[in-house]
Amino acid sequence: MNLALIVLLPFIGALFPAFLIRSGRNACAYGTGVFTLVAFILLLVQAPAVFSGQVIQARFEWLPQLGLNVNFFLDGLGFLFALLILGIGLLIILYARFYLSHNDPMGRFYVYLMLFQGAMVGIVLSDNILLLLIFWELTSLSSFLLIGYWRHLPEARQGARMALAVTGGGGLALIGGMILLGQIAGSYDLSEILQAGDQIRSSSLYIPALLLILTGAFAKSAQFPLHFWLPHAMAAPTPVSAYLHSATMVKAGVFLLARVWPALSGTPEWFYIVTSFGLVTMIISAWIAIFKDDLKGLLAFSTVSHLGLITMLFGFGTPLAAMAGVFHILNHATFKAALFMSAGIVDHEAHTRDIRRLGGLLFLMPITATLALVAAASMAGIPLLNGFISKEMMLEEAVHTTYLGQDWILPVFATLGALFSVAYAARFAFHTFLGPVRDDYPHKPHDPPFGMWLPVFILVSLVVLIGLLPGLIAEPLVKITTDAVTGGNTPDYHLSIWHGFTPALFMSMIALAGGLTLMALYLPAKSFRERFPRPEAKVIFEAIIEAIAKVSGQITALAHNGSLQRYLAVMVSAIIAVGFAGYLGSTPLGAGERAMVPVNWPGLVAWVLLVAALGATLMYHHHRLFSLILIGVVGMVVSLTFFYFSAPDLALTQISVEVVTVVLMLLALNFLPKETPRESSSLRKLRDLVLSGLAGLGVAGLVYAVTTRGFESISDYHLAESKPGGGGTNVVNVILVDFRGFDTFGEIIVLGIAALAIYALLDSALHGAAQRRLSKWVPEGVRAMDPHPFILVIATRVLLPLALMVGVYIFLRGHNQPGGGFIAGLVVSIALLMQYMASGFSWAQHRLKLDYHGLIGAGVLAAGLTGVGAWFAGRPFLTSDYTYVHLPVIGEFELATALGFDVGVFLTVVGAVMVALANLSRVGRRADAAYEAQEQATDGKEA
Amino acid sequence: MIEYATYFGFISIGLAVLMNLHRLIVGPDSINRILALDTLTINTIALFILFGIWQGSSTNFEAALLFAMVGFITTVAFCKYLLRGDIIE
Repeated sequence: MNLALIVLLPFIGALFPAFLIRSGRNACAYGTGVFTLVAFILLLVQAPAVFSGQVIQARFEWLPQLGLNVNFFLDGLGFLFALLILGIGLLIILYARFYLSHNDPMGRFYVYLMLFQGAMVGIVLSDNILLLLIFWELTSLSSFLLIGYWRHLPEARQGARMALAVTGGGGLALIGGMILLGQIAGSYDLSEILQAGDQIRSSSLYIPALLLILTGAFAKSAQFPLHFWLPHAMAAPTPVSAYLHSATMVKAGVFLLARVWPALSGTPEWFYIVTSFGLVTMIISAWIAIFKDDLKGLLAFSTVSHLGLITMLFGFGTPLAAMAGVFHILNHATFKAALFMSAGIVDHEAHTRDIRRLGGLLFLMPITATLALVAAASMAGIPLLNGFISKEMMLEEAVHTTYLGQDWILPVFATLGALFSVAYAARFAFHTFLGPVRDDYPHKPHDPPFGMWLPVFILVSLVVLIGLLPGLIAEPLVKITTDAVTGGNTPDYHLSIWHGFTPALFMSMIALAGGLTLMALYLPAKSFRERFPRPEAKVIFEAIIEAIAKVSGQITALAHNGSLQRYLAVMVSAIIAVGFAGYLGSTPLGAGERAMVPVNWPGLVAWVLLVAALGATLMYHHHRLFSLILIGVVGMVVSLTFFYFSAPDLALTQISVEVVTVVLMLLALNFLPKETPRESSSLRKLRDLVLSGLAGLGVAGLVYAVTTRGFESISDYHLAESKPGGGGTNVVNVILVDFRGFDTFGEIIVLGIAALAIYALLDSALHGAAQRRLSKWVPEGVRAMDPHPFILVIATRVLLPLALMVGVYIFLRGHNQPGGGFIAGLVVSIALLMQYMASGFSWAQHRLKLDYHGLIGAGVLAAGLTGVGAWFAGRPFLTSDYTYVHLPVIGEFELATALGFDVGVFLTVVGAVMVALANLSRVGRRADAAYEAQEQATDGKEA
Repeated sequence: MIEYATYFGFISIGLAVLMNLHRLIVGPDSINRILALDTLTINTIALFILFGIWQGSSTNFEAALLFAMVGFITTVAFCKYLLRGDIIE
């Protein structure tokens, strides 16, 4: 339970900052921090158990049919990562409090940060790989929001998009790989997959699964050639960079490598792919980092380089290398977060991050500079700091690993990578903090407030402490983590500063001397580098994206050319094909045995009316107003038919829907051409005639076949169960609000969405090109002088209370008699819209101050809450209950929970109709105002 | 007796409906058609009530009431459209 809470707490914490910001920035930051702190403490509470070798589990069923369960487990690896994520997260929250300026929306920042934090903790504690994938995608999404936090900056938006495209694309590959992995192992639970290593490695699906999983991990951990998104993600605020690129986001990829290490490593494929990508990434990005002028850019490429190093170590496949990798994850997180935060402080104080404009800061901001120098020294691998120890281990392992049968390749290139990293660390340190004090900083720098350098101080203390006493402080944690990574094969190795005169020590010394030499020769090295062409990743990326977009645009244009006739033709043809397949199937569907009912006179009249109206619609459909009138006739016959076949609910609904339809259509028609253009060729008309004729005949045949035979339908069950099961005698209503309440719930949500879509679409008509067209609109024909005829005004006002009462009545009795929320909603809407029509929009709006958008939301909420209410009675969602209540005067009546649900339906319907009406008429009023202004202007001129 | 009366009613209203239909389709202009639709609505209300008498059901009267209450809105909307173009000003 505690485990689930650790994952859940950041998500819960994400709910509050947006509100807390109203109580001030401190309340917001510390209120957010409390959630992380509690999660951190809960994690520490588990520490004794984890250190004693236990694996703590928490399991909840979610969709067991799919193998998707909310299973968490905490082993050493998860513990280390959760510790980093929550611990550094806490420091970042403190740091960001001081980093963000008054203009930055702090509430939003913390919401994104907490979402991201929760997703990361979710990844590292998931026991189920499907659950892990969900959290994985969540990190991609929330990091997109974080990187694009300064959304007014184009670089931020582009960087966020790039990060999303690359990590999201990698996530797609990972989904494929994980599902293959689950298929091979026969379970989606990590704890079982990790036991099935031999089975996985010998499977024929091993290679595809490996490639897909590695693609996902490499995209996330920015391995070459997918590394390019990370430097562009530096457009984010520095706290984000410090968090994402030291302890979290990019570490998710190496976490995954560590997690699947027991299952996938140990094969030549694993060794060559992972080691090679890691090695290449380490060297190339270290080389690039040396020449970056942007402090954060330099740190970004150095991060990529260190990730390459860790990846390479996991690639070696030996337990000792895995141990070195784990240790380096810990060390890199500490010094890199400290460095990013220092870079942020420099940026914050000096108002620039350009190394060429900095220098001599040691004397102006001694605290920050000292901390940053120590962290940079650790990054370079200077003895007595933590970076030195893990780098030694890496070099040692490189010496003992043969690559392509050669002993020398890995040691040489590993030393080269180390040399480059000394060089860029030196550049970061010397060119920013040392050298003479300048007098041309954009802003005179000094040390920041205590709260801003405190997080850096804490991290740098860790850097020094681990560096001095590795065996005491880091070893237990590294050992249990290695235990989890290697499946219990932890080597008997002690972390210490001094291992004697080993080859690694000499390599370290070469790297140190070489790196400092390279730094001394910085300018020649720079001109040497600039002699070669360097591909610009962003240009390539954008070209690729553009090409993909173009191809998919062409494919889309092929299938969707915008012709509604074509879509309809395709759909109808498909239906005809399916239908005829049914007719011609194994048991041909012919006439049934039931006798025909004699035709009666009213039926005949209705039939003639319907056929004539439909025929006329077909003939005169170019004339829009006429077709609308004719469709009114069709609706009338349909409602009559419903009545005739004893479906009063449907008839009532149909009657009210007709009215609303006509009003909304007429509102729209005002701005449409009165005649539709004639554009169909005669060949197309012939095609349409054949298609529609066939479809019509097919449907007629189907109706004939169905109505001439008796068959058992589900209606009998509904009729029988309506009263005992749903507590109502009106079966239609009971079906709507109870038996199929979930359907209705979905439908009212769709209705609400449709109304909001109308709002969104019409809102765009009031801006830009559409607005300019609208302002030139001139009404057709002569307009009558009286916009609000008096008789109509009086009649509708008198009718209002009556109509409302009818609405309430229909609503209340709906459960037992024809009626219900939907019809009542329509009736009330009509009662309201006739006021708008008769007395004018502003008159009605002034008296009826209802937020119709809110009404939709309230409706969906009411229905949802009624459904949730069933949970408290221990029943499934939307189970209804009813009881009998006795009130004086009124007498005994029944009260069903379905009534609450029906209130929801009612509110949503009223809201949706009125939103559509208000927005359609808004366009009209805007056009009218523009027209009248025009008129007055011309009148003025004439006068 | 009531049976014959309803039959008579059905026949008369049926004929009226057919005449409405004629006016609706022939026109000649929109006002004729809107009026035809309005009359058709009234005839439909009558049909509802006749059905009710014929089947001995009372729900039909409610439907007729509802139709009478809201049916005229359609006519008003059409007329307002012809007079002013914009039906909600």
